[in-house]
Amino acid sequence: MRWIGRPLPRYEDPVLLQGRGRYTADLAQGARILRYLRSPVARGRILTVSAPPKISMITAADLGDVKPICPRLDRSDYVPVAQPVLADDRVTYVGEPIAAVIAGAAAEAEDLAEQVTVEIDAETPVVTLDQALAPDAPLVHEAAAQNTLIDARFETAGVAAAFTSAHQVVEFTLTSRRQSAVPLETRGAVATFDAATGRVTLSASTQMPHLLRTGIADALGIPESELRVATPEVGGGFGQKMPLVPEYVVAVWAARRFACTVAWLEDRLENLTASFHARDQRLYLRGAFDAEGRLLAIDADVLCNVGAYSNFPATCGVEPLMALADMPGPYRVPEYRARARGITTNTCPMAPYRGVSRPVITAAMERLMDCAAARLGLEPLEIRRRNLASEFPHTSVTGVIHDPGSYREAMESAARIVDLTQFRARQQTARAAGRWLGLGLSVFAERTGPGTPAFAARRMVMTPGFERVELAMDPSGFLEARIGSSPHGQGLKTTLAQLIADEIGIAPKQIRVVAGDTDRTPYGWGTFASRSLVIAGGACKLAAATLRERLQSVASQILEAAASDIEISDGRALVRGTDLLVEVGQLARAAYHQSHRFPAIAETGLAAVATYDPYGTFSNACHVAIVAVDIATGQVEIERFVVVEDAGRLINPMIVEGQIHGGVAQGIANALYENVVYDDAGNLLTGSLADYLVPTMSEIPRIEIQHLETLTEASVTGAKGVGEGGTIGAPAAVLNAVSDALAPFGVGIFEMPITPQRILHLLREAGCKA
Amino acid sequence: MSDQQDVTFTVNGDERVIRVEPRRSLADALREDCGLTGTHLGCEHGICGACTVLVDDQPVRSCLMFAVQAEGARVRTVEGLAAGDKLHPMQQAFWDNHGLQCGFCTPGFLMLAVSILERDPNIAEPELREALSSNLCRCTGYQNILKSVLAGAAEMRK
Repeated sequence: MRWIGRPLPRYEDPVLLQGRGRYTADLAQGARILRYLRSPVARGRILTVSAPPKISMITAADLGDVKPICPRLDRSDYVPVAQPVLADDRVTYVGEPIAAVIAGAAAEAEDLAEQVTVEIDAETPVVTLDQALAPDAPLVHEAAAQNTLIDARFETAGVAAAFTSAHQVVEFTLTSRRQSAVPLETRGAVATFDAATGRVTLSASTQMPHLLRTGIADALGIPESELRVATPEVGGGFGQKMPLVPEYVVAVWAARRFACTVAWLEDRLENLTASFHARDQRLYLRGAFDAEGRLLAIDADVLCNVGAYSNFPATCGVEPLMALADMPGPYRVPEYRARARGITTNTCPMAPYRGVSRPVITAAMERLMDCAAARLGLEPLEIRRRNLASEFPHTSVTGVIHDPGSYREAMESAARIVDLTQFRARQQTARAAGRWLGLGLSVFAERTGPGTPAFAARRMVMTPGFERVELAMDPSGFLEARIGSSPHGQGLKTTLAQLIADEIGIAPKQIRVVAGDTDRTPYGWGTFASRSLVIAGGACKLAAATLRERLQSVASQILEAAASDIEISDGRALVRGTDLLVEVGQLARAAYHQSHRFPAIAETGLAAVATYDPYGTFSNACHVAIVAVDIATGQVEIERFVVVEDAGRLINPMIVEGQIHGGVAQGIANALYENVVYDDAGNLLTGSLADYLVPTMSEIPRIEIQHLETLTEASVTGAKGVGEGGTIGAPAAVLNAVSDALAPFGVGIFEMPITPQRILHLLREAGCKA
Repeated sequence: MSDQQDVTFTVNGDERVIRVEPRRSLADALREDCGLTGTHLGCEHGICGACTVLVDDQPVRSCLMFAVQAEGARVRTVEGLAAGDKLHPMQQAFWDNHGLQCGFCTPGFLMLAVSILERDPNIAEPELREALSSNLCRCTGYQNILKSVLAGAAEMRK
């Protein structure tokens, strides 16, 4: 029986369905509770922090030689800044931790926190990109001139000439307003000191357990062996749970200092205020086209408001550098000039958020295509046909290698599904009746599973990429797969079990995937960048092949046949073409309990390890949104949303579709609803889920999915990653659809989220009196 | 804060007597005083619905209800849905239809769905969609939650 390609129900689920899953907060029983005092102002100098003497309070002064968090890139265009674990002299954003109090219970800790007095000499903050870039702007960090933490550039030789010779030049500025990933489980940590060993076990809601161990050990100046990070169930992350956060450092410090268990459980206001934000970007884009609509050059200036500090380990370069490298997307762009800056402000720091820059650069490139098509009188489909890469591997102008994909096929297929011709007729009829329909396309490449080469190109000092997997079969024939990656809802334990099962020839239920515990798993980089299936999955396949050979060698001896004649399937090893067979469980027992018969196995154990570090592979998709815009209210209704996705070989199609559904929902939210808002003083105005509008079931349409399956050698399993594509593609499709709907009014959309108020504003500006 | 009060209520059929501060939320009481951590806290201001439990068969945000208000009430939580090892049809439907990813919102959605269908076993899809819009999920895009609840509803009607 083959397991790859089956929609196997997830092994993760029964526990979660019965309320028995253990998330971080569920482990806090009996812990002392940490509560952080956070800066109420965006910028200023701390004068005093004081509390009544009976209160147990931790401030920067108590932390002594705890080192600040200082993420690094090995680039001359990057300015490293150090983030103190607790603010010492200055505060730089609303929500920055200044002190912590400890109490026996959460409510009591909140009571105590209210008795702490913080005096701050407030200064005028820098909140927006324009404020930060003003010639006389105050500096958020003295070291960062013009409030610029990174200023990266790229230029080919012929850009100016291409614009001079262009038949059409299209240009615009596209704005993405700040957003938050909003995992439904907030951050949290439970740190337990063990007096017997002197070690601390940190249970934390993180996507990167090993990096968390490294970061905290470095900050505290202790060997990593003194810290165990054990990640329990994680209630969503989407990037926000990648970085090392000061709150976790203080939790481990306090557990050691007071020799006890301490817990910090973030509340939603803290999460919206002081966890990470993303996508606060403004992008100027100019494209040169010839008379046939072929792109000659693009010129981009990308500004990312990255907040007060750089996140560890990805750094604040993650958004600008992704934009710089991946802007051309799946299109042939002969000449390219770009400048991408990370601008620091007195706002909450930025972290990677599902898609990282690509939701914005894809929106920009796809708007560019539609605008150029309109100028040239072409259908949006046709201008893309003329520009999409069709020969693979395709090396982009920035040197990024795209493995084989189905960019053009996905688009044509999506156009057939929505019946473009029929839609245009319906659109005309609707317009005549005063109903404004629009169709928007989005064609994009999703870089997935990037290994060390991709991150080395970004010059990250801590260069992520590889994954290592250890497989061990016990004497009962049960297999444990210990992975360095750390899933949090992606169903990886099921998917990897399916991969390993097929490679060895046993059932997935015989396989337990262990993740997230630094004492039990090999060092790995965690889950982000749509990498776990590609990289940890690849390592699983490689290790499983070795383990299968070991089982075959045991079987060959027991069955007295050549190892090459042994076939393992459905948990049995048999001699091909005969009825001679032995159960895998019997092989395992023999390997352990009669090891004298199998000296080679005695040496390696019934185990295998493998490391996989690929260049990376590109998934691709075409999204089509059909919308109706009510010009009286500005309301956008999505009538239909179609995704034609190529994620290579599908290991578990049910899980793949779940990733697409969830990604598209977040992309639609980015396009239409979600917006972190600050006032001029840098106070957060969207501190609750009544203000920050995460969509409900009523706002998210049914998503129709069709799969294409381009098999690639860029991934040993043939599988490509699929975690971020939905979020990358959906905003562009929605923005193009709304623009198409409003084209008769001369309104084009170059901002997200495009709320009803903004649509009405644009219509009024265009002179529409509806 | 002192002035603790006794609260007597049933949780999943078991009578409980707990002693709590008047300000303690029902969610905290369930999680900390009853040890039932299947009820999750996503926002603690009544928007996300992760903490939804049934009080006398009505869905409530247990983060917005004080434990003392549950005096004499019959409370049902996710831990009470399955009959021993046999999953409730709604739990089974969520499993079969990939109605969960990270699982954090799942207990709230299960309790909400069960209460909707106990009240109106034949609820039409538009009304069901509207009612399920009470709660937030960040992973699934809701499509498989709706599919799961429709499948669970069909099973519950049998």
